Amino acid sequence: MEVLEKVIKVLAEYKEVDASTITADTTFEELELDSLDTVDLVMELENEFGITIEMEDQKLSTVGDIAALVEKSLA
Amino acid sequence: MLNGKTAIVTGGVRGIGRAIALELARQGADVAVFYAGNQAAAEQTVAQLLETGVKAKAWQCDVSDFEASKRCVEEVAKELGPVQILINNAGITRDGLMLTMSEEDYDRVLDVNLKGAFHMMKHCYSQMMRKRWGRVVNITSVVGLMGNAGQANYAAAKAGLVGLTKSMARELAGRGVTCNAVAPGYIDTDMTGQLPEKAKEALMAQIPAKRIGRPEDVARAVAFLVSDEAGYITGEVLRVDGGLAM
Repeated sequence: MEVLEKVIKVLAEYKEVDASTITADTTFEELELDSLDTVDLVMELENEFGITIEMEDQKLSTVGDIAALVEKSLA
Repeated sequence: MLNGKTAIVTGGVRGIGRAIALELARQGADVAVFYAGNQAAAEQTVAQLLETGVKAKAWQCDVSDFEASKRCVEEVAKELGPVQILINNAGITRDGLMLTMSEEDYDRVLDVNLKGAFHMMKHCYSQMMRKRWGRVVNITSVVGLMGNAGQANYAAAKAGLVGLTKSMARELAGRGVTCNAVAPGYIDTDMTGQLPEKAKEALMAQIPAKRIGRPEDVARAVAFLVSDEAGYITGEVLRVDGGLAM
């Protein structure tokens, strides 16, 4: 689960919280991230992984969702 | 100054768009001009832009085409750098009373003037957000504020641009990106040159400033809105109309 770990690391830095408090099931709502923060986060992940992520028609609500999206883009 | 920043001006090779492109180049921005079909005007405008010492290039692009506009924006970013300034100026008219206006005339004007602006804003969105600095200026019209007999399609599209402008302004205000609209009145261009003499005279009589506007009058307002000094102004509609629509 290297992708998930990286996603959590980026997220923890973005929110300035301890990475250990974030799991795949943590929701963006719990992290107090709005839709624009999610877009911001996806952009940082694009840089981190060197990929392009299609945001259209994506329903992202948990950290696991975003990790899955990254994995799909890496495939 | 806008040195090191890349701007796109749609409908940027004639009339108001060309004046805007030249003004931005004078402020130091590298400029990509999008045009629908007038290749000669495109070449001439690019030559004028290059004379100012900035990088400049023209792209033939139908902004109403989602994929084509996406591809062109990507090319601009690759060749000139991330787009931080977007001027949606491309516009067409298909005038006629509503009774005689065809569905096709209505749709085409909405597709180019309103949907085209949405496409461009969407394609440039993340580039501005990433940089935490962006400027979007949508060229609407006093007709969008007042309505106009014979221009239901054009007025609807231009009024729609105001809502589009304010929505993007709200979405990105916290990210250093401003989005404003400029509403020209009666400006001396090819588009208004087609008006019948009688219509021109009637228009003139309504302008408190007693003169027709110049493309440069609009260009200077746009240059102000894209400047650093205007960073606290967003979601505004600035009329440049000699008092016509106040």
